[in-house]
Order: sequence, then structure tokens, then C-alpha cells
Amino acid sequence: MGNKTFSETYLNFEQIDWGNMQQATIDTLFMTFFSMVLVIIIGLLLGLALYSLGRKSTTGASVAYNIVSIVSNAFRSTPFMILMVLIIPFTTLLVGSFLGAKAAIPALVLSAAPFYARMVEIAFREVSPGVIEAAEAMGASYWEIIYKIVIPESVPALISGITVTTISMIGYTAMAGAIGAGGLGSLAWQEGFQRGNYTVTLVATVIILLIVFILQGLGDFLAKATDKR
Amino acid sequence: MALIELTHVKKSYAQKKTAVHAVNDVSLQVEKGDIYGIVGYSGAGKSTLVRLLNGLELPTDGDVVINGQNILALKNKELRNFRKKIGMIFQHFNLLWSRTVIQNIELPLELAGVKKAQRRQKAKELVQLVGLEGREDAYPSQLSGGQKQRVGIARALANDPEILLCDEATSALDPQTTEEVLELLLSINKKLHLTIVLITHEMNVIRKICNKVAVMELGKIVEEGSVQAVFSNPQQAVTKRFVQQDLEPEEDPEELRQAFLRENPHGRLVTLTFTQDNANEPVISQAIRQFKIDVNVVYGKIQQTNEGSFGALTVLLTGDTKEIDQAVAFFGSQQVAVEVIEGGE
Repeated sequence: MGNKTFSETYLNFEQIDWGNMQQATIDTLFMTFFSMVLVIIIGLLLGLALYSLGRKSTTGASVAYNIVSIVSNAFRSTPFMILMVLIIPFTTLLVGSFLGAKAAIPALVLSAAPFYARMVEIAFREVSPGVIEAAEAMGASYWEIIYKIVIPESVPALISGITVTTISMIGYTAMAGAIGAGGLGSLAWQEGFQRGNYTVTLVATVIILLIVFILQGLGDFLAKATDKR
Repeated sequence: MALIELTHVKKSYAQKKTAVHAVNDVSLQVEKGDIYGIVGYSGAGKSTLVRLLNGLELPTDGDVVINGQNILALKNKELRNFRKKIGMIFQHFNLLWSRTVIQNIELPLELAGVKKAQRRQKAKELVQLVGLEGREDAYPSQLSGGQKQRVGIARALANDPEILLCDEATSALDPQTTEEVLELLLSINKKLHLTIVLITHEMNVIRKICNKVAVMELGKIVEEGSVQAVFSNPQQAVTKRFVQQDLEPEEDPEELRQAFLRENPHGRLVTLTFTQDNANEPVISQAIRQFKIDVNVVYGKIQQTNEGSFGALTVLLTGDTKEIDQAVAFFGSQQVAVEVIEGGE
């Protein structure tokens, strides 16, 4: 801060290029949205695989469960920054560049999908075994049990999982900004920190918080609305 | 041929080193229209037994033949289709909380591939049958336990099954609601000629609606027959305990017994169990006239069953030991079961 006052440091709104800020917000939302679509699809499938393999008692299933589980744990727990750098060659191959918002998506998906998959698995496991037995007694097949019982009965938990994952995803997008992905994180870092415009950082933070609050509110509302327990 | 025939059925689970025999060599027959009760304490194997009837569990040995169809001969898909014709209700109802009453009832119809309009129609009829009009669009969480079980029953009947399996269906309900649900079961048994197999640990459930009963202990059926016969003349210790559970008055009679014995140290305390056939006979007054004994009633109870009444009377017999012995023998000759509680030497 040097010898500047607080308001000169944090409330110097003249420094802000609102066009940039808007673009950064759009980039963040774009990265989050696109990654989340993929995360939800992959996470549901992976979560379903974990759930199904975990339910079976054969040796094959338990080996497969452990493999899927270890791989997904590995991606989930690798620090995001490291994962992002680690897969740069893969990213370049996939989207043609390792810079820009698009380039952040593979890393975002790779780290968040296993995270969501775990939440899906937990949500599915919490479906009452009694209800599943009742469906079996009605002659339901495995897939009928999945889409008529397990999924509908775990909707609130699936929604809560999406909310939590999306919010941590926004945090990741900010980090992705460091390798040139754009977005609010990148703006806060480059404009704000490197050029000493802390007001930009503050505004970027406020916008991120607003997005998080809105998402949390929406997620909570939907989870509650679908929960008839 | 009976509707349900089990011959030497075994079900064992491998546990680390030993095998656990949940069901151990059970043979039984259920005729069409029966309300067949299986009673036992928890761990007796009755839950496994009832699940063998719809193939949720497959026997490790022996044959389960339902309506002439051996369950073991069915392939996956055939087994699933076969189950659609057997309804099942559960202790904890097992309704989908995410579906309304009517949607819950429609579920088995959806699984059977019934068209939407027909589904609705059928579900509405069932709502009426179980007396839930006006609650069609409620979610299970908005219903009482008894109402939830009614939904469970309606759902179990959706595919017009011939057999209804009840897995401790009233165990989570209060006595008043239990009564209502049992009455509903009895009425659908009559109205739809439905065969019901129920498992329970509550003797009053058996007494109120069953015509046949099997007593299970440690994976085996230890006693079986008409409710009347088994109740009035229990042979096995476990059966006696169940009958006792149902006959005993609410308050503990032990104190009462002790008080009687203190006053009459030479008396003999016996429990006489009367069956339908001799409950109306003046057996006791005949005994008093024939032998030089006094009879003092300690406590007693008469129960109505589906097919008649039976009762148990605990009395204190005083007099000469010889006379008492003769009186006890006399009771035995009159088909009254005698159980000496105290003072029998």
C-alpha cells in the first residue's frame, strides 16, 4: 500500500476498465458453465459406475471399483495448479492451445468430475435399501432401479453436489487465470496485483462472491424444493 | 397341489469360516386363500424365508414351487416377470418419498409397462380399495404410519397378484393402527381371494387374521398347523412363549403368584389351557366335585381367534397331594393342557 490511504488503494474506481471487467466475468462464467456441463455428465456416469461396482460383491467388481476409485482420487486430490501444468501437452492436443478460457476446461473437468462423482456415489448410496428392495420385489430390472428409484430419490443430494462443485470450480477458474485462462481471477492477478491496482482485485472479488452467493442460494432453493422427505 | 410348496428348503450364507443357515430344511405348504402366518423371534430366519417366496433370495438347496413354477428354473428376466405377480409389503413401508401416493401406487404398473391412462385408472381404484380417497397427491412424508402402509398395500396389489407377502407389516404401527391394517388385509383376502403369507413376531397378529401358523426358530419350522390347534395346544417351548406373550395380562403376574403361594404354602399353582372344544365345559367344577380339593383362581384370559375361542386360567389347587395329582390327571383326560408352575415337586 505504501503511503496511499485505504480508499486510494481499494476504492480507486477510476482505474477500472469496466469493459475488461465484463469480459472477465463472462470468461469466468463461460469456463464454469462449460466445465460444469461436462463435470455433471462425467460425474454422474463415474458416480454411477462407483455405486454399481461398490454394490456388487464379486472380486472383479471390487478390483474395478478400487481402480476407478484410486484414479478418481488421484485427480481429485492433485493440487489444481499442478494438475493444470501437468496436463498442458494433453490440453494443447485437445483444444490446440494451452492459453485462454477454453484451455482451462480440460483441467477444470479433470479435477472436478471425480469430485462430483464421489458426491454422486454418496448420494446414490443414501437411497434407502428398503425402497430398492421393494422395487426388486416388483420385478424392476437394474436400469429401472437406477432411473426410477435411485436417481429420483437422490435428486436433492445431486443438486447440493452440483452447488458445492460449481462453487469450488469458480475458485479453480481463478487459479486457471494464472496460466492465461482469462476470467476474473486472471484480471485480479494481472491488473490488480502485478500493476498494483488493488481496486480491480477488490471488485473482481466482489463479483466472484456475488456469483457464489447467487449459486448457493439457487442450489439451496432447488435442493429444498425437490426434497419431499 | 398347494399354491406355495417348499420342500426341504435351505438357505445358507458363507461367513468367513462357517456357514450360517438362515433357513434350515423348511418344508411347508400354503393353500390358495390361506392367510398363513410365520411367527418367530428376530433371527429365526423368517425374513429370509419370506424372501425365498418371491425369489429375492434363492434357496441353496431344496425346491420353492409357486403355483406350479419352480423358482430355480427361472432365468433373470423370467424371475422379474414372475415377481410382478407377487405383492410385498414391508415393516418400514418402503415408499418413494419423491413420489406422491398415486405415483407410488403406479410404480409397479409402470414397471409392468401399463399405459399411462390405464395406470391412473387402476391406481385410483386401489386408492379407494385401501380407503385413501383425497390423499392421492400427498407425499408419504405427509401421511401417518397407517396411511403409509395402506399405500404400501395398494402398491403391492397394483399388478393383481395372487399372493401377498407381508414382512412385519404391522410391527412399526401402534395397536390401533395395527388393528385397522389387519382388518384391511382380512377384507382384501376375502374380496380378492388373495393368499397372504405374513411374518411377524406379534402373536396377536397371527391370532387376529391367520388361519394357519408356522413357528420358526433357528431356521427351522418347529411347529405348524391351524392357528386354533397350535394356540390351544402348543408343543414347543418357543410356541408356548409366544402363546404366553399373547395370553399374559399386561401387569406382571409374578407378584400375584408369590402372594398366593405365601398364603398357601402347600398348594399347587397350575395353568390350564382350554381349547375351543372344552372352553364351555364346566371342567373345574367337575374336578371340585370329584376330588377333595379347593380351587382358587389367580388370573385368566380368554382369547377370540379367527375360528373360535381359547383361554388360559391360572389356579391354585389346595388339598391332599394325592387328590391334587388326581385332579391334574383329570384335567389332562378332559383335553385341558396343564402346566404346573409351582408346588409340583
